[in-house]
Amino acid sequence: MSFDCSDHLHYKVLHLTGEVDLSNSTKVRRCLLDILDRGNSVIVDFSKLTYIDSSGMAILVEGLNTANKKELSLTIAAAVGAPLQVLELTRLNQVFTLVDSVTDIKE
Amino acid sequence: MSSLDSALIEVNQLDASYGDRQVLKDINLTVNKGEILVIMGGSGSGKSTLLKNMLGLMKPAAGEILINSMDINSVNKSELLKLRRTMGVAFQGGALLSSMSVGDNIKLPLRQHTDLDENTISIMTRLKLELMNLAGFEDLMPSELSGGMLKRAGLARAVIMDPKILFFDEPSAGLDPVTSVELDQLILELRKAMNMTIIVVTHELESAFTIADRIAVLFDGEVVITGTVDEIKNCTDERVINLINRSPRKVQIDGEKYLSRLTKGAK
Repeated sequence: MSFDCSDHLHYKVLHLTGEVDLSNSTKVRRCLLDILDRGNSVIVDFSKLTYIDSSGMAILVEGLNTANKKELSLTIAAAVGAPLQVLELTRLNQVFTLVDSVTDIKE
Repeated sequence: MSSLDSALIEVNQLDASYGDRQVLKDINLTVNKGEILVIMGGSGSGKSTLLKNMLGLMKPAAGEILINSMDINSVNKSELLKLRRTMGVAFQGGALLSSMSVGDNIKLPLRQHTDLDENTISIMTRLKLELMNLAGFEDLMPSELSGGMLKRAGLARAVIMDPKILFFDEPSAGLDPVTSVELDQLILELRKAMNMTIIVVTHELESAFTIADRIAVLFDGEVVITGTVDEIKNCTDERVINLINRSPRKVQIDGEKYLSRLTKGAK
């Protein structure tokens, strides 16, 4: 698993690659909360994510809650395959804003 | 996909006994990755003993059990521990610790085996409770839950670490029909979303036919047949037909042996 950050408009984009699970989700959490702490809205890019476990989902939930409190946004882009199924199983697809790709976000 | 390279669990020529009493005889069984295998059989057929052996909770009298190509009875402790972290078990009655709240019971594996933030642990626990239709029950004690709720709480704890292999002992026993159907659906969804390999022990035919990719039928400690739902339904073995038709066993009595059991006890 690896992750890196880029910019899209005024958003920070967090690209997740590979598998997010118990062994690495704490690192992703720190990065995500750090972006939000700095007052940036965030797009989490799932396009290269092959697997995410419930610790990863829990981190995104915490991130969304933090974003809402700070009147920022957290959007998930390009969720397909297994990660999308996990979102659906946990019904979090009804909680997060999902977009097909990062570039779908225009402003 | 050949069955050889996708086998996650292999049971080879397994014998198991309690004292002198042999309970499993020459069991051969393969569980493939991502498969739902149902072990079916009447009471006393050896289902739970087979499960205990697969979990490494009981040493086999003979034979071997391979998980991920590792013999669970000969690997060292740290390897066994690593293996066990990828396995979840939901026991028949839930097996929650009665002195802890439902939430703390479910959090236990995470607190024991991970260094996740307490916030993450709480959200993960609530996600699983939501999944099991137990939202809002985390602060209750196990004694305050019904049998069906206990079972679902036990399942929540079994899957809290997102195991690769889930063992489930009698999921529908003691549940009302609606809850039982919901649990079957949940098992199917868990497999689909988390790609879990699931081994279910049950005597409920409806449930077995709904969830199973393959069914292994145990009878008196032996595997009578392993096959797809259709293969089981079309099986001509009288013992399987009796199980499906719920006919009582007609055991031929050996008069001499019966008399001996009554006067001298069973040997």
